Amino acid sequence: MREPAAQPLGAYVRSIGVLGPGLADWPSAAAVLAGERPYVPAATAVPPPAALPPAERRRTGETVRLALAAGLEAVTRASADAQRLATVFASSGGDGVICDEICSTLASAHREISPTRFHNSVHNAASGYWSIALRAAAPSTSLCAYDGSFAAGLLEALTQMAATGEPVLLIAYETTYPEPLNAKRPLAGAFAVALLLEPRPAEGVCARLEAGLVREAPDALGQPALEALRAGVPAARSLPLLRLISRRDTGRVVLDYLADLRLAVTVIRCP
Amino acid sequence: MRPLALSQFTATSAIGRGLEQTLGALAARRGGLAPCAFETAALETCLGQVPGIDAVRLPGPLARYDCRNHRLALLGLEQDGFAETVRRCAARRGRERIGVVLGTSTSGMLETELAYRRRGPDGALPDTFDYAATHNPYAVAEFVRRVLGLEGPAAVISTACSSSAKAFGAAARMMASGLIDAAVVGGVDSLCLTTLYGFHALQLLARGPCRPFDAAREGISIGEGAAFALLEPLPRDAEPGTIALTGVGESSDAYHMSSPHPEGLGARAAMRQALSAAAVQPAQIDYINLHGTGTPSNDSAEAHAVAALFGRSVPASSTKGATGHALGAAGALEAVICALALRHGLMPGGLNTTAVDPDLPLAYLTENRPAALARVLTNSFGFGGSNCALLLERLGAERPHA
Repeated sequence: MREPAAQPLGAYVRSIGVLGPGLADWPSAAAVLAGERPYVPAATAVPPPAALPPAERRRTGETVRLALAAGLEAVTRASADAQRLATVFASSGGDGVICDEICSTLASAHREISPTRFHNSVHNAASGYWSIALRAAAPSTSLCAYDGSFAAGLLEALTQMAATGEPVLLIAYETTYPEPLNAKRPLAGAFAVALLLEPRPAEGVCARLEAGLVREAPDALGQPALEALRAGVPAARSLPLLRLISRRDTGRVVLDYLADLRLAVTVIRCP
Repeated sequence: MRPLALSQFTATSAIGRGLEQTLGALAARRGGLAPCAFETAALETCLGQVPGIDAVRLPGPLARYDCRNHRLALLGLEQDGFAETVRRCAARRGRERIGVVLGTSTSGMLETELAYRRRGPDGALPDTFDYAATHNPYAVAEFVRRVLGLEGPAAVISTACSSSAKAFGAAARMMASGLIDAAVVGGVDSLCLTTLYGFHALQLLARGPCRPFDAAREGISIGEGAAFALLEPLPRDAEPGTIALTGVGESSDAYHMSSPHPEGLGARAAMRQALSAAAVQPAQIDYINLHGTGTPSNDSAEAHAVAALFGRSVPASSTKGATGHALGAAGALEAVICALALRHGLMPGGLNTTAVDPDLPLAYLTENRPAALARVLTNSFGFGGSNCALLLERLGAERPHA
């Protein structure tokens, strides 16, 4: 009855970008994940997006800046042509600061919302600014699967690549909410990861990924502070995968996805 | 792409619950827009509000999901035997082999807006407020998955007003990869104050019912809706008349957050891709259901994009004059309207448009036109420059072609 998959869902990782609490970029995150350096959590330092013209730059908040920074790191490391690159943006909640401002304004006597805040409140704001900053007219999608948003984004990137045979940039990102939303949706910090995925073993690829749906429990991280980050930020549910890649190792991880469904990823070291 | 059957579909919007009412309203040119009387909104505009949402009750085990968006979702799922069809499909194919990919822009945001009015003296939101089950964009997919008893992969696409059109594309790719055998796709978006006051702030709300492509158009009328389709592989012996999704095209404007590219470059790329995915020439398209929001710049950009690809001969209309702009649900709602147009041979003329803008190079329909249709295209464009076009065909309906 089932149609067999034509081939396992897979991709080659060409480059990675990471920005998180105490994790300034992929090389420093890789050193921490590989156990070569201790993990010292510190507030995420998010740079302003240099790729945007000043007027647009001023309109961006931390969430958009975080996503753009991780994406730019991956693109820069690979010297990739961002203009032609399809993108998948995965996030649970979008911009919590804007949400809080809009809801506070609407609860007040004067309901004048800022037009800029309104168009920045859409879930695909990061995708919109990315396409403007990089003049990227290729298809871009923005999706959400709550705590499983990273796995949902990886699935979308892999199925898109299977359909088009073109590289895809996946960017998963999350910032914290201000109070009072934070009490209802507490997140451990601002974290973003970008994976530039290739359909073929191009020059410089560091690993091959093969993914499939399973019902096992997701893998946790042994180091308590890193595990707190993994469990505390949807985008950081990617950390077990990043750890395996950082060790330049071959193995298998189970990533959090939906309440009853997980994503198993086999990592095969390249070259 | 490999064509997929829309083996069942349904829509609920301001013009009706389910297909019969929707078709009846379109055939009778009955619109659903009325002066704004939603919640505490004090705005001079018209809305496409779905009557009766407040009376919908969620089943006990799903009580935590209760919000306007999920009441509307449930109302939509109950029409045309849609939920029953999906459950039968699940029994046949396996619950874990059916995915759920839905689009929404604001999800249950209204709950958060209301909760902010009930903040305690310490500023805290009320205990009853459940962010994960109402406001989070994924909530609607989780809710629909549970209502239908499905156990396959799921996600919500949230790319503003192209969300639920893009859901068709994401689900089709999941099916093509072998991850799933069938998918529930669609969109659910419901009225909330953020979109009403937000579009008001952008000065994009029309005062009267929206008039897409009219020379005197002045903006949008916000609507709401729930529309779903069950996508299955097209059987080799598919019955004539089966409605199939044969093309999806997606692109980014890379131009501006809330204004379209003036010549509609991104829109054109999305339409061209949908045609090429289906291996169809522009001349083979019989009707275009336009995004047609009714703002001066959106309609102008879309008209130029359509003209660049199709010339000005393909009949086209926007059904937002009838339904209002259902935002994240618009793509799925208009895909279902296109499926009805194909099935019943009806090109719905746009409502409220009395004098088509002579500067827009387009064969805009202001009256209904009966015609045997084989292939139709539907456009959805959103903030952030997110574009999506879907191509739907009626099997065994090859029309004599000049």
